[in-house]
Amino acid sequence: MADVTFTVDGKKLTAPAGTLLIDACKAVGIEIPAFCYYPGLSLQAACRMCVVRIEKMPKLQTACTTTVAEGMVVQTETDEIKQARKATIELLLGNHPLDCPVCDAGGECELQDMTFKYGAAESKYVEIKQHREEQQWSPVVFFDRPRCILCYRCVRVCGEGMDVWALGIQNRGVSAVIAPNGQDHLECEECGMCIDICPVGALTSGTYRYKTRPWEMTHVATICTHCGDGCKTTLGTRRSNDGMEIVRGDNRDKSGINGDFLCIKGRYAFDFANRTERLTKPLVRQADGQFKEASWSEAIDFAAKRLREIRESKGGQAIGVIGSNRTTNEENYLLQKFARTVLGTNNIDHHRTVDYVSFAAALAGKSERTASLRDTANAPAILLLGNDPTEQHPALAWNLRSNVRLNRARIYIANHAEIKLRRQAKQFLEIPKDGYASLVQYLAGNDSVVAANEQTAAFRDAIRKEESLLIIFGSEFRGRDIQALVEFGLSLPNTKFVLLGDYANSRGAADMGLLPDTLPGYVPVASAAHFADEYGAVLPQNAGLDLLQMFDAAQSGNLAALYVVGSNPVTRYGVDPAVLKNTFVIVQDMFLTETAQLADVVFPAANLYEKAGTVTNTYGDIQLVKKAADKAGVRSDFELIVRLADRMGADLKKLVPFGRGVRADMGQTRGAQSGEADRHSVWLAAHGLEPKLSPFDPFATLDEIQRLVPSYSFSRLELLAGSDQHAKSELVQISAAPARRDLVLPSQDTLFTSGTLGRYSDKLKEVLDSHTTPKPVEAAAD
Amino acid sequence: MSTPATTIFSPETAARFDRLVTLYPVRRSALIPMLLYAQDEVGYISDEVVKEVAQRIGITELDVRNVLSYYSMLRTKPAGKYNIQVCTNISCMLRGGYEILEHCKQRLGIGHKEVTPDGQFSLEEVECIGACCWAPAIQVNYDFYDELTPEKMDAVLEEYKTGRGKETR
Ligand code: SF4
Ligand code: SF4
Ligand code: SF4
Ligand code: FES
Ligand code: FES
Repeated sequence: MADVTFTVDGKKLTAPAGTLLIDACKAVGIEIPAFCYYPGLSLQAACRMCVVRIEKMPKLQTACTTTVAEGMVVQTETDEIKQARKATIELLLGNHPLDCPVCDAGGECELQDMTFKYGAAESKYVEIKQHREEQQWSPVVFFDRPRCILCYRCVRVCGEGMDVWALGIQNRGVSAVIAPNGQDHLECEECGMCIDICPVGALTSGTYRYKTRPWEMTHVATICTHCGDGCKTTLGTRRSNDGMEIVRGDNRDKSGINGDFLCIKGRYAFDFANRTERLTKPLVRQADGQFKEASWSEAIDFAAKRLREIRESKGGQAIGVIGSNRTTNEENYLLQKFARTVLGTNNIDHHRTVDYVSFAAALAGKSERTASLRDTANAPAILLLGNDPTEQHPALAWNLRSNVRLNRARIYIANHAEIKLRRQAKQFLEIPKDGYASLVQYLAGNDSVVAANEQTAAFRDAIRKEESLLIIFGSEFRGRDIQALVEFGLSLPNTKFVLLGDYANSRGAADMGLLPDTLPGYVPVASAAHFADEYGAVLPQNAGLDLLQMFDAAQSGNLAALYVVGSNPVTRYGVDPAVLKNTFVIVQDMFLTETAQLADVVFPAANLYEKAGTVTNTYGDIQLVKKAADKAGVRSDFELIVRLADRMGADLKKLVPFGRGVRADMGQTRGAQSGEADRHSVWLAAHGLEPKLSPFDPFATLDEIQRLVPSYSFSRLELLAGSDQHAKSELVQISAAPARRDLVLPSQDTLFTSGTLGRYSDKLKEVLDSHTTPKPVEAAAD
Repeated sequence: MSTPATTIFSPETAARFDRLVTLYPVRRSALIPMLLYAQDEVGYISDEVVKEVAQRIGITELDVRNVLSYYSMLRTKPAGKYNIQVCTNISCMLRGGYEILEHCKQRLGIGHKEVTPDGQFSLEEVECIGACCWAPAIQVNYDFYDELTPEKMDAVLEEYKTGRGKETR
């Protein structure tokens, strides 16, 4: 819209006509207080805090509902306005308990800030405050009625934002109260958005309430370890007896690719890290078959010695390596390098949740064809094939809903189930479970493959009319189907693609070559020349065993050793424990998982919240992971791989390009008492410096990745500054895909599960239980 | 958003509801009339009423409760056969509305929003019922009685006790 010029507090401002006054002011640094206004949600004008004086208008006006107009003259902070705001706060405080000293929100409460600013702590009211007891509405949501200022933010974010509509408002006037849909409990997606958005401490979280105060925590923004969306979550940590404990997860600065959003997992499912049964000492299986705790050097020596023996006697092909969907890119890269150069094997794989290899092959050489998660929030038209983002990609679902609401995006969905997002879809097509490939053929113009009818025809016509289309698809597409879908997409004018994989770094695992036939960047193992040069080693040329073949080999006695990093294939693939009885198994994990129980050596590993590095979400957005928590007795997978390599006699300088002569420990090898050293690295990071002084420094490996994997040639500076970088698909050096074995096993996670890791989250378990055994409805909550 | 296969309402009311939802530009506008008719038929807004009304309009039960709890003339518990609503708003207050209320409390032995043990009467203190010119006024179910005194009030109660009164249900 055309720009208009207006005056605020004597300053001449310009903004597009139609801009809300409150936003126009904010853009130039004039802050107008607001409780009920929230950008992106519908206007409420319930609180009257944003009142301003506009010349030629009677009475004070609400800046949150007034759009700027040519020649408008506005005052935002006069005595009259101050008085009005003070009076508003006095009214709000009429029933407010003023229990800031114990309230969770104390210290980051908008009402507290405003009361300080306008000085309304004393009240003229003598009426007795209406009190109601705190209520628990779900395992994660608690409601403290007296603190509520009835701003309706929670109601709107749950309804408009989440499309859950679980919160309402009941009664009226002074008795008005926020109410949950189950009368005395919530039946909802447990996202915690309502808690996050509450300007006061009326909605509080089951994980954090009454635990600590905001200023007593250290806040570290890092990437969620759960699904493939890669949201930024801010972890509030506090010193505990054995390191740094996570007390809270939230979306503090909203600077991540997820914008306002976090789902239950990013917000509350960090508690696995604090579980008491976490492994903190290496375990070595004794002659009697029992595990015994061992020191680090004993355990590492023991494992390295056995691996060396096996390599020497049987060769690398007798060793298998299984990587993780949640370790960093640097760790994945290092693991494949370790496998290929130190163990001498291409027998390396991971639990594949989608077919990234075929996707990379289909898009080889095409630039600007993959979309960022950010793009899903503003693409004008989206075709969603398969998957159920509400359950499996909550941030994507949020973006799609917002995109429809705020930008009138057109979403076309074809699915074999009536997924919830169909409520936002312009057109929804229900197709058979095995009908995805035929649908693509049909869309491409082949009428004979589906039972075409008016609805399918309208669907196809609408899609073909779109001038720019974002195609998002799930694990329903593999191999040739991906090829066909991409070909169809490329036949349209302006298409981008997203393949939806399941975990925090599933994409990174594939990108970094945790695969038996491709090196990092999908370079086929047979044409490994520049890797061999850089590594200064001869690399095995033939494709190795994939994950299933490794277990087959174990069964037939041909796999002498198996090294499993952060993965639980025994449960995931239903492996019979007997299969591994003659295989020497090394497992790195947080817990004694079903796989770890079969191991000969178990190393206690750190999780994604306890290390630094990068991860790549399923869209190809590469983001910085920062170390937030710490636990005495665990080591990062990176460190463990390096130490194992060291004891196997590998040249560390070749494995990790660190140092160049300088030696110092900047805290990377820290134990529980490492505050000092960690502060050094914080200081260095703050000054844009990266210490790469120890072989345990993942950023030295990132240097190598950036040298050897062209699609990861992003700006390091931007990454360190906390922005997401997009992988460049055109620089993937894959050749046209030969037929590959389909090894995709979708994880089938829901909103409340997260593979093996999810089973170790008490909060997720509690929520799952509460959703499977519904509470009987009793009397109304209020 | 559908007509339920089985309904808790009488055929007439069900038919009326079928029509009501078609009368307005948006279906949810039918909510308040539906609740009022449902209350007349069932006596109060039961959980079953909430459920069916929500289903008929295509909104959540929470939506229904949000509106239901806003309006004081909609009740979620059964009232007496004769629901006596005594106005104590300003005109009535000035002309003895509170005396009438007190009198009713004494005579019936119940307080605001209570029901007599035999279920015959219930009592409610209400805001202006639009009969200010003839204050003090009361409403029994849908019938008005005005320019009341305690004696006249007794007569009214007596009438109902002997079963003359019109029932809404
Ligand atoms: S937790 Fe999420 S889904 Fe549940 S009530 Fe709050 S906003 Fe709604
Ligand atoms: S609970 Fe919080 S967000 Fe919801 S209306 Fe009350 S103050 Fe606003
Ligand atoms: S949407 Fe995915 S990445 Fe985001 S918070 Fe939830 S689980 Fe984590
Ligand atoms: S912010 Fe404008 S009325 Fe609440
Ligand atoms: S004040 Fe009682 S009827 Fe109006």
